[in-house]
Amino acid sequence: MPRAGRTVPPLVWTALALAALLIFNAFAAPGFFDVALRDGRLAGSLIDVLDRAAPVMLLALGMTLVIATGGVDLSVGAIMAISGAVAAVLLTEAQAPAAVAIAGALGAGLAAGAWNGALVTLLGVQPIVATLVLMLAGRGVAQLLTGGQIVTFRSPVFESIGNGTLLTLPVGVWIVAMALAVMSLAARLTCLGLSVEATGDSPGAARRAGVRTGTMRFTAYTLCGLCAGIAGVLAAADIRAAAPSSAGLYLELDAIIAVVLGGTALSGGRFSLAGSVLGVLLLQALHTTLLTLGVDPVRTPLVKGAAVLVVCLFHSAEARRLVLGRGGVR
Amino acid sequence: MKVRLNPRHLPPVATFAVFATLYIFGAVRYPGFFSVRIAWKLLNDNAVLGLAAVGMTFVIISGGIDLSVGALIALTSIVTAALAAEGVHPVPAAAVGVALSTCIGAGSGAVIRTFRLPPFLVTLAAMFLARGLAFTVSVKSMPVAHPLVAGLNDFRLLVPPLGAAFVAAVVAAAVVLRSTPFGRRVYALGGNEESARLMGLPVGRTKVAVYAISGLCAGMAGVAFTIYNSSGNAAECVGLELDAIAAVVIGGTLLCGGHGSVIGTLLGVLTLGLIQTLIMFEGSLSSWWTRIAAGALLLAFLAVQRGVERAGGARR
Repeated sequence: MPRAGRTVPPLVWTALALAALLIFNAFAAPGFFDVALRDGRLAGSLIDVLDRAAPVMLLALGMTLVIATGGVDLSVGAIMAISGAVAAVLLTEAQAPAAVAIAGALGAGLAAGAWNGALVTLLGVQPIVATLVLMLAGRGVAQLLTGGQIVTFRSPVFESIGNGTLLTLPVGVWIVAMALAVMSLAARLTCLGLSVEATGDSPGAARRAGVRTGTMRFTAYTLCGLCAGIAGVLAAADIRAAAPSSAGLYLELDAIIAVVLGGTALSGGRFSLAGSVLGVLLLQALHTTLLTLGVDPVRTPLVKGAAVLVVCLFHSAEARRLVLGRGGVR
Repeated sequence: MKVRLNPRHLPPVATFAVFATLYIFGAVRYPGFFSVRIAWKLLNDNAVLGLAAVGMTFVIISGGIDLSVGALIALTSIVTAALAAEGVHPVPAAAVGVALSTCIGAGSGAVIRTFRLPPFLVTLAAMFLARGLAFTVSVKSMPVAHPLVAGLNDFRLLVPPLGAAFVAAVVAAAVVLRSTPFGRRVYALGGNEESARLMGLPVGRTKVAVYAISGLCAGMAGVAFTIYNSSGNAAECVGLELDAIAAVVIGGTLLCGGHGSVIGTLLGVLTLGLIQTLIMFEGSLSSWWTRIAAGALLLAFLAVQRGVERAGGARR
C-alpha cells in the first residue's frame, strides 16, 4: 500500500510507535500499566512518564512553531535557566510574592524569545547562529543573576506547581495540557497555523499571498521563548531551586528530536503540536523501556541516535523509493 | 598608495582587529601577559577547539553543519586511551581513533547525500551514536601514561606541539581550500548546489568528502584532547561543536555557505581563547563572563556580516 504513507498523517506513526513501546513495557515489566490512587494523586509508571516529560513537552510545543517557520531555536535550554534564575532571585532577594516571581520569569522568557525573533527577522541572521548567541550567553546571564550559586527558595505556590496535584494529576501535566489546548486552538481555529505553515513552506509565495512572514517568524520565536520560560518555572519548582548551570542543559536537542519524531519536518511547513507532545512521550517511554530492560543508561544515546536516524530515513523520499522500489511513491 | 578593502574581506579583518586590540589591551594592563609562555599556552589550550573548527569551516563553507564533532572528539579520545591501556603504542592507537572518527564523518556525509536529509538532523543522530559508542567503550576517564604523551605536554618545549598541529592544520586547510580543485568545489557547493551540479561538478562526492574531513579534524582534535589531558574521557567536549560554529562565524565564514576562510577561523578561535585568558588574568571576573563575552562577540560579528552583505548588495 504505497499510497498509505501519503494519506496517513505522521502523527499516527508516532502514536503507533509509542503504543508499541508501552505494550512492550507492559509485558516486560509487570504492573507497568498499574495506576493507583494514592493520597488523591494517581501514581504509577505511566504518570511518571508524563510528569517527567512535562518541561520538554513545553519546549517541544514552542519549538514546533519555530521549526514550522523553517527555523530552529538552540537557546531554549538557556532560556529555561534564565527564567528559573529570575524566579528564584525575585522570590529570595526581592521577597516578591509568587505571582510576581512567575510573571517575572515568564516575562524573561518572552523577552528572550523576542530577542531571538528580532535577530532572525530584523537582522536577517540564520536561525542557528542567531539563537546560538543566546545559547552561549544565556546561561552566563543566568549565572550572573544568581551569582553563580544554586538559589533555593521556599514558596507554597511553587511547591504546588512542582509537586502539587490537581484532579489526581500532577500540576505540571495540566500546564502542558493547557498549553497544548490553547496553542492548538489558536493554530487551527484562526489563520495563525496556516500562516506559520505558509511561512515555512515557501516564504516568497506566502509574502506575495499577503502573509506577514516576518511577523509570523517573530511570533513563533517569542512564543517559543514563553514556552521555555514556563518550562523553566516548572523545572525550578520541581527542585525548589534555580540551578543556572544545569537547568535545561541540552534539552533543546531533546525538544528538536521530539518535534521531528512527531512528524514536523525540519525544513518547515506542516506541523503537528500533538505530534510533538507524542514525540516527547516517545523519547521518555524509550528511556523508561531501556531502564526496565536493564540496559545500561549510558547506552541511551545510541538508541536515541538510532531512533532519529530511522525517523529521518522514514521521511526521506529517496529511502522510501529504495525500500518500496522505483516509482512506488508518487 | 591607496589600499582598497574588498567588503567581503571585512569580517576576517575585523576579527583580526578585535584580536589585536584585546591582545594589546592585555599586554598593557597585565604584567607578564606579553610573554612567550602565554602565547604558547593560548595556542596549546585552544588546539582542540581549533582543530575541530578547521573541519567545521569546510562543512559550513559547503553550506552544511556538523553537530557531531564534540562527540567524535570524546569517542576518539576514549578509543585511543582504551587501546593504549591494552598495551598498544599510542601512535597506532590514535590512528585507529582518527580512522573511526573519519569513517563516522564520511558515513554522515553519505547518508546526507544519498537520502537528501538535512545535515542538522543526520549529524545530530551521529552525535548521539558517537557519544553512545564512547560510553560503551568506557564510562570512566582512562589515563594514558606513556612518555610520549608526557613529553608532548612539556612547557619547556620551544614550540607548543598541539598549537603547532593546529596551525599546521589551518595552513594545510587554507591551501586545500584556495588552491585545489576540491577546495573550489567546496565553495561552489556552498554558493549554489544546483549551479554546481549543472556545471558538472561532482556534488555528491564533495559533500561526503567535506563531512569526512570534519570527522578527520574531530579525530585529530580528539588526539590533541587525549594528549592535553593525558587521558581519554567519553563525557567531555559536550557542546564543543557549538563553540566551533561560533568560532567559524566570528572568523567571517557565512553560515549560508559559499564564503569564508580557515585563516578567519584561526583568528576566531584565538579571539575566543584570548577572552578566556583575559578574564583569567583579571581574576575578579567570574567564569560566566566568558560565556557572555563569547555571545556578545558572536552577536557583534553577525551584525558586521549583515552590514557587509547589505553594503555589497548580496541579498536576494
